Order: sequence, then structure tokens, then C-alpha cells
Amino acid sequence: MKTALAARYVPRFIPLPPLLPALAAAALFGLGVLVHATGLVDELASRWEDITFLSQQHMELVAISGGLAILCGVPFGILLTRPAVRRMAENAMQVLNIGSTIPTLAILALSMSVLGIGERPAIFALWAATLLPIVRNTYTGILEVPRHLIEAATGMGMTPLQILLRVEIPNALYVMFAGIRTALAVNVGTVPLAFLIGGGGLGELIFTGIDLNEPGMMLSGAIPTATLAVLTDLVVALVARFVVSRGVMPGDR
Amino acid sequence: MITLDNLTKIFNTSMGPVTAADRVCMEVAEGEVCVLLGPSGCGKTTTLKMVNRLIEKTSGKILVGGRDTDTIDAVELRRTMGYVIQQIGLFPNMTVEENIGVVPRMLGWDSQRIRKRAVELLEMMALSPAVFLRRYPRELSGGQQQRVGVARALAADPPVLIMDEPFGAIDPINREVIQDEFLKMQQTLRKTILFVSHDIDEAVKMADKIAIFRGGKLEQFDSPDNVLAHPANSFIADFVGGDRTLKRLRLLKVRDVLNADSPSVRADESLDIAVRRMHEHDQGHIVVTDQDGRPTGCVLLADAVGRHGAAGDHARALPSPVRLDADLRGAVSSMFTHDAEWLPCVDEAGIFRGQITQRGITHRLGDTYRAAAHAAAVPADDGRPVAPQHFRGAAE
Repeated sequence: MKTALAARYVPRFIPLPPLLPALAAAALFGLGVLVHATGLVDELASRWEDITFLSQQHMELVAISGGLAILCGVPFGILLTRPAVRRMAENAMQVLNIGSTIPTLAILALSMSVLGIGERPAIFALWAATLLPIVRNTYTGILEVPRHLIEAATGMGMTPLQILLRVEIPNALYVMFAGIRTALAVNVGTVPLAFLIGGGGLGELIFTGIDLNEPGMMLSGAIPTATLAVLTDLVVALVARFVVSRGVMPGDR
Repeated sequence: MITLDNLTKIFNTSMGPVTAADRVCMEVAEGEVCVLLGPSGCGKTTTLKMVNRLIEKTSGKILVGGRDTDTIDAVELRRTMGYVIQQIGLFPNMTVEENIGVVPRMLGWDSQRIRKRAVELLEMMALSPAVFLRRYPRELSGGQQQRVGVARALAADPPVLIMDEPFGAIDPINREVIQDEFLKMQQTLRKTILFVSHDIDEAVKMADKIAIFRGGKLEQFDSPDNVLAHPANSFIADFVGGDRTLKRLRLLKVRDVLNADSPSVRADESLDIAVRRMHEHDQGHIVVTDQDGRPTGCVLLADAVGRHGAAGDHARALPSPVRLDADLRGAVSSMFTHDAEWLPCVDEAGIFRGQITQRGITHRLGDTYRAAAHAAAVPADDGRPVAPQHFRGAAE
């Protein structure tokens, strides 16, 4: 089948192949053994209070900046696909693309020089760094909805708004979620840098650990960061599984 | 039901204005299937899409059910017309039931009524509702998808169907099947259908009227038989093909060329009776039937002369009988296969009803040519030859 063939070339991540969780568990177990051998478990346990507090702060930053990025990026991406602005859309995407080449650290620095120190500049910088994949995937996702679907919908008497809500967005959702996933993964991984401008988060343990040459402290920041990244990814995948129609989900057959 | 009056569409392209439809006039009666036919770029699809206003016309008028479509909101208008396209266009994010329910939902039907309608339509399409209601389009074969596409177009029971090469993307075998199903359905539904095709065979099969386009102009608008028998010009003659007379066979049923006055003899009747009947009808063979009138064999005059006994004892094998409602193309094919000059015809119960002969068929196909020649020879009242009387189109 043509559709099945096409689906095969889309990176499949939402319907997790059964092998993957098993591998992940094995890797985790191996890591655990290793960590125990180096006395890391005790290290982590002794800092448990710091870890939970900073993790919470970390995820707050992710939630606020990522949430804002989704709230801005999705409507903006949709807007770019509307006929009225479509002519400018490519230019807007170019600007976003160029914007995304600016290193995150540079954005943080710039953000700090304008907004000062603290959570606000951190959130702004994270938001800016996260926006692009969301906008881009929303935009291309909707543009990739086949023309003939729009034609059929129009021919059946759907209004442009109905076409957007019932045909274009539902069929683009899978691609849109892929963008959100990428964005949030980047976000979680970038939050530690926010510590540098006083944003808090697990970066505190990582950078302090590096400065003090204390690998234990560094790892008690790095390991939770990695875990949170994986968990965030899983959560988004799960949400996608419920939200995206089975008829649009690739490789589910 | 649908009237196109001087319908014109001019596209302004970078190459200058292009006339895609040039003063097209035609009228499709209620319950008729009108096939818009022509090579690609001839304006047939443009004309079709102007009817449901996917393309806005440049000038002219379109009346549907007596109402000028300009006076109806485009969205409202489209909801009263079923629309089927070649790519089918089922929405991948919706189940079959949801796809069928798209228009009813917009019309405000409640979900129970939509479900009932979807079940009804799937049954009509010979797709089991229990299996298919909850399926997604990608879980269906091409043929099944197009059936659902037709069901979706029929969902709100619109009086008009607009079909843009609906069966074009389906493999030839399935296409025949779906066309047959569709025709059968149309016999009960009697929708007014505009149907774009580039396939003359499909047009002949489906159409009550064929409209042939070239370069935006309507070249001929007529019944399939007249298009085949009397193409208005050499372009149409070429387009419908050199074998157009053979294509007309498909338009005729066996019963149209049946010679009901054909002799038969029961197997237990004597050979003398058989010979006498053959002489009476001046033919060299007679069909032998059983007690109920089913043909079982035939007796040739040459075999019977000078012999005695029951007719059944001298019978030869019979060329395979054809049904009265079979299409003539199949019957003629069967004649050629069996090297037979005639075939016995039977009704639904298998009772002998007469015969068809090669001469009878060629004579029947020739009728229309003789009539046209006759009409051309006799001037009409206004002094113009009225030769094939059915030409209408862009020339007017």
C-alpha cells in the first residue's frame, strides 16, 4: 500500500517498539550497577533534597518556557499557512531559521543583557530557543496536508475554518507533535545553561560540580537532567498517542 | 435540473488569458447521468467545478433545479451536491463513519441519525458496516475507499452528484465492478449526475448524455449512441475511435435485436414437424427444446431431410444460449467465439424466446445510418437538411 510505504520513512517514535523499553531498562540497570560501584548512589542520596528542589525548578522553567512556545508557535505556524499571509510565510520561516542558528548560550547572554538576571531572561531565552521547531513543524505539517483533501472538503461545503479544524490540523497533528517533542527535548537539555544567568534549575549542581571539580555533584545534576529529558519525551509521546487520530499515526498497522 | 447557459471561464495566466470554457450551453434532465468527455485540458473539469463553484465562472449562467447558483451561498450550494474526486479524498484522520458523516454533521444531524445513514450507505455499497464503520481510510483498498467516497457524497441525499473522474485511479477490473454497482444504484436513486471522464468506454457505459469538449468548446452533446453513430465532426470521430460502431454494441441489449418469431421444436416431436417449421420460416436450423421450453440442441435442415424419428434424436450441440437482458457486446463476442451465425436467446427462467442473428444485429446497427441518410435526402421545412437531428453544442 502506498500509504504504508510512505509511513515507513517517517521516523516512528510514538508507538514504541517493544524492544526499546526493554533495552532502556537494561541500560538503566547497567548504569545503576556502575553508579553503585562508584559510590554515586550515596552521593545522590545525600543530595536528594537539592535534586528534588532543583528538578522542580527545572521543570517549572521547562513548563513555562515550553508552554509559552507552544502557545505562540502553534498559532503562528497555523497563521503562516493561511492564504492571506502565505506569500510572506517563506520569508518569516527564513528569519526563524536564521534565528535558530544563534547558539543558545548567545541567546541567554543577549537576553540577560536586556532583561537582567533571574528567571525572566532565562524563560525568554528558552522560549526563543524552543519556538522554531514548533513553528516549523506546524507550518510544514499543515502545508503537507494533500491538496485534494482540501479540495474534497471545500467541495463538500466546509467553511475555511471547518477545513482548518477538522481536516488540516488533525492531519498535521502528528508532524506538529514531532516538533513539540524536539522542542521540549532541547528545552530540558538547555535549562541547565539558565543557571548561568541566575535562572536556577539542575544547572546549579552541574556547573558548581564542574567548578569545584566534584564529579559526584556534577552527576547528581546531569543524571536527573537526562532522566527528565527522557521522561518529558515519553509524556509528549503519550499525549500524542491520545490526541493524534489512529488514521494519521504512521506505522500503526 | 442542471442548465448551463453560455458558461464561460477565462483564466488570466502569465501567458495571457486562456479560455477554459467557451460559451458552453447544455441541459441535464433530472435523473440523468451526463458525462463530460474530452482530452486533458479540454475544459471539462473546469466546467464541472464551476457548477459547485470551486471555480468561479467568468460569465454565463448556471441553473440547478431552476435556481441561479449565483443567488445561493457557495457553501450552502456545495452541501446540496455530492462531490467525488479521482483522488477520493477521504479524510485520513476520520473513520469511515466520520467521513460519511461530514456533510450530515454540518447540516446538524444528530449522531444516531448519522450512524443509521452510514450503515445504510455501507450496505448499499456492499461493505459490511460491522467491519467498516470504525476503519480508517488507510485500512481500505482503493476500491473500498472509492465506494466509501461515493457513500460520503450520497450521505445527505443530495439531488445532484458531481464526480470528477471518480473511477480513474482504480485498476481496470475493479473499475468495471464499481461502475456496474454504481449504475445499479443509480437505477434506484435517480440522481442527476455530472461526471467527468476521459475514457470513451466509461462514458458510453455510464452516460445518458455525453458532452464532448475540445479547447473549451462543447463540440457535441448527445446520447451515447448518437455520439458513436453520428460524430459531429472528425475530431469526435477520432476521439470515439475507429471501432465506434462496435462500441455501440454495448448500448444494446440482446432483446433489442431479438427475432422472437423463431421456430422451435420439442425433442419428442417428429422430425417431419421440424422440417416443416424450418421451411415455413425459411431457415436451415431449428432449436430443439425440452418439455418446459428450455433449449437443448438444434437440428439442421441438411441433417433432417430424408430421415425420420423424434427431433431430439437428431439434435446437435447448441451454441451457448444468451440471456435477453445481456449486453450485445458479450453476445457478439460469444458468436465469434463459437463461429456461430445465430444464437438462441432465453429469458430468466431459461425458456427459449427466439434467436439473434449476425444479420439482424448489423441491420439494427445500420438503422440509424439509413435514417440519417434518408433525412439528409429529404429537406426539412426550412429547407435545411436536418441530418443527424441531435447536434447541439458550441456551434450554436
